[in-house]
Amino acid sequence: MNRYDLIVIGAGIMGATAALRAAQGGMRVLVVERHAAGAGASGVNAGTLSLQIKRVALMRYALRGYEWWRNAGDEVGFKRTGGYTLAFNAGEQALLEERMTQKRQAGAPIEFVSPAQVRAREPALSERIVAASYCAEDGHADSTRTGPYLRGLLRASGVALREHAPVLAIDVGDGGFRVTVPAGPIDARRVLIAGGAWTAPIAAMLGVTLPIEVRVNTVSVTEPGPRRLHAMIGHATGLLTLKQKSNGSFLIGGGWQGRGSPTTGRGEVAGETLLQNLRLARFAVPALAHARVLRSWTGFEAFVADHYPLAGRLPGVPDAYVLACVRGGYTIGPCIGPLVADLILGREPELPLFDPARVMAGATLAHAAGAAAGTAHARN
Amino acid sequence: MSASPDPKPIHSCDVTVLGAGPAGAAAAIEAAALGLRVVLLDEQAIAGGQVYRAVPGIRPAHADRDRAEGDRLRKGLADANVDRCFGHRVWHVERVGKEWQVHALGPDGPRTVHSAALIVATGAQERHVPFAGWERPGVIGLAAATILLKAQRILPGRNVVVAGTGPLLLVAAKAIVEGGGRVAAIVDANPRSAWFAHAADLLSRPDLLARGIGWVRKLRSDGVPILHGYLLRAVEGDVPSLRATAVPVDRAGHARAGAAMAEFACDAVCCGFGLMPATDVTRLAGASHAYDPARGGWHVIVDVDQRCDVPGLYAAGDGAGVVGAAAAPLQGRIAALAAARDLGRIDARTRGARAAKRALARTARFGLAMTQIANVGNGTVASIPADVIVCGCERLARAALDEAIDDGCATINDLKAATRCGMGSCGGRLCEDTAARLIALRTGRTRADIGQATGRPPLRPVDLDALAGGFDYDALPMATPAPL
Repeated sequence: MNRYDLIVIGAGIMGATAALRAAQGGMRVLVVERHAAGAGASGVNAGTLSLQIKRVALMRYALRGYEWWRNAGDEVGFKRTGGYTLAFNAGEQALLEERMTQKRQAGAPIEFVSPAQVRAREPALSERIVAASYCAEDGHADSTRTGPYLRGLLRASGVALREHAPVLAIDVGDGGFRVTVPAGPIDARRVLIAGGAWTAPIAAMLGVTLPIEVRVNTVSVTEPGPRRLHAMIGHATGLLTLKQKSNGSFLIGGGWQGRGSPTTGRGEVAGETLLQNLRLARFAVPALAHARVLRSWTGFEAFVADHYPLAGRLPGVPDAYVLACVRGGYTIGPCIGPLVADLILGREPELPLFDPARVMAGATLAHAAGAAAGTAHARN
Repeated sequence: MSASPDPKPIHSCDVTVLGAGPAGAAAAIEAAALGLRVVLLDEQAIAGGQVYRAVPGIRPAHADRDRAEGDRLRKGLADANVDRCFGHRVWHVERVGKEWQVHALGPDGPRTVHSAALIVATGAQERHVPFAGWERPGVIGLAAATILLKAQRILPGRNVVVAGTGPLLLVAAKAIVEGGGRVAAIVDANPRSAWFAHAADLLSRPDLLARGIGWVRKLRSDGVPILHGYLLRAVEGDVPSLRATAVPVDRAGHARAGAAMAEFACDAVCCGFGLMPATDVTRLAGASHAYDPARGGWHVIVDVDQRCDVPGLYAAGDGAGVVGAAAAPLQGRIAALAAARDLGRIDARTRGARAAKRALARTARFGLAMTQIANVGNGTVASIPADVIVCGCERLARAALDEAIDDGCATINDLKAATRCGMGSCGGRLCEDTAARLIALRTGRTRADIGQATGRPPLRPVDLDALAGGFDYDALPMATPAPL
């Protein structure tokens, strides 16, 4: 039987970078993907590579992931632009100071700058800034290039990739798994579920109920216009990401919620929240008044209650693994994907993983605390 | 959150109708007659759609049947109890709970209409097949030429090549001649036999058939060359000295080896390769679509009552398959009757629909034949040179798309993500059909598998400031900040 050592389900950043490490470790690897490589959250997010919006406990992972994007360079449209996070009232200022201080302590090179300094460097910004932070490392990449880039890496590393191959069933047996896609069954010793927002339904095929919820994040782009903004712009609450891309168009995100679910396969832009997102962007950058909104879309983001990753063994199913729910996954994915592959290869990962067992129904508090030891460790 | 201070007016009604062409106007009039509260939105300043386009105060140069039809439509609408919103650009359509919300920008600012039923009557759009020089000044689409001629009484040129496929070539040529211009040639990529293949359907409307034959006679007697089986491949030179080149092609549009090309000197080129249903609104609304060349390509799927497969959504006119201006009002009436029935406002046994459906079956034959006579084969894109721009907004030549297709792009969404094809201001209206044909040519996949681009708002580009409107920063409904 022509059996793979590992089938990775999902050709996003998580699955693809895990597959690459597993192949480098000597495994025969196949990646199956329901749509196209990088077509999910990896390809439709706003491309933000900002340390200022990463969680404190994930900062070490973010710094490593960021290096991967920097090395990918032009092929993914990487730009190191620096980034400002803005506060417009006292409450936001307090939030900004508390958060950025902790993130700086976690290793992100973040400094506080005066409103006058910000406006001197970015005259297009609002005059109503009361406080701001700056991170010179912040930047962005062109998320639409993620898929073609990952596809090329997989091909060059000898990893088999089947796109437009949604998993219909997974059967356990005989020291391995039989993964069925429309073209037929494929056998493997191990499986890694890295299905983004579709992770829970895939795990359910193995009888495991993961308590995953899904956010529907909205992103908008304007028509190209003259250069008005150089740095990335964020908001103290995290509810705005804004950048002017190299083609002159503004990309506006911030996690404003649309509607829909991965099970219907359809995310929808909610008119009212889109308008609020645009208003916040317009307030931060008055120059946006002259731009025309070209397109708004949504992407699914999976999460669990504690907003930390599921990265490790799939509870109760030997030789099955899961990697999903990584907040800030676009930046962090290229770090944590290989770490999970290390676990699969039987190696000690260089940074702690995030045991999915902690979120399972019936997991005791003590169990959850122990299982999330990596989380606790990462906080130090 | 209702704390938002913006003064955006929200209107509630029973039925919202998008598009004031023949289908939408008929739907609105019928719905109002059935006692429903109706809001009708159209981007243009007056009703009529593309086919009955007119500008108030400008009389046509000649007695014009289309103008008379249009005036009748406008009169009917004016007499009906319909809230008419012209000059409104609809930018989003969403289903929230059990109602539709239609977001528009009008002369007085943003307007949102809430209704239980939504009738989409947004018509058709022109199919474009790129050729060398299609972006040159002096080259315009047939639809654009029609706007110039009908609404502004401006000739696209004094010596015009009219090229593409199908009956609209004759319509444009006739209008140019009547307007005092000269037609250098009519160049149709399809063989003359395409007409004879649909003779029986054409005879279903002898009046319209006779009108078309009259135009052909008139154009021939004026000495206008009418070429069949020639595909426009290049326009060179600068206005007013353009040179259009056409190559002989077979039925599927593939160039025939060894046959002589045709060349015409001209000062303008009007081109169009038939009509396709406009599906942007129904895609956004989440309805199912099918690909059927006999109906113009991708169209929203409707049942016999013009219902889509999303509750409360109806489609009438060319969007559900290009049936033409004669059949469109019947579909509009049927949709309005269905909406009234589904809302429980009329008895299920109301007779009106049955007669309209019988008339529709007759009338649609002619319009669908017109659509098929204008169909193009995938061969028409096979001979596009590698360096010709296919996606004008993102400046993508055919070679770039072919490369991405060979690299694994198997659907329109794949190609869009990989190359940005269709991501510009036109929303893929100019390039998507050609891009899909290129995928079909190179992969052998069906159009159903290749798919359409996912529907996204805004339906047309909209000014950010107009959308954002006046607002108070402190009243913005901020969600809980992201976890630290």
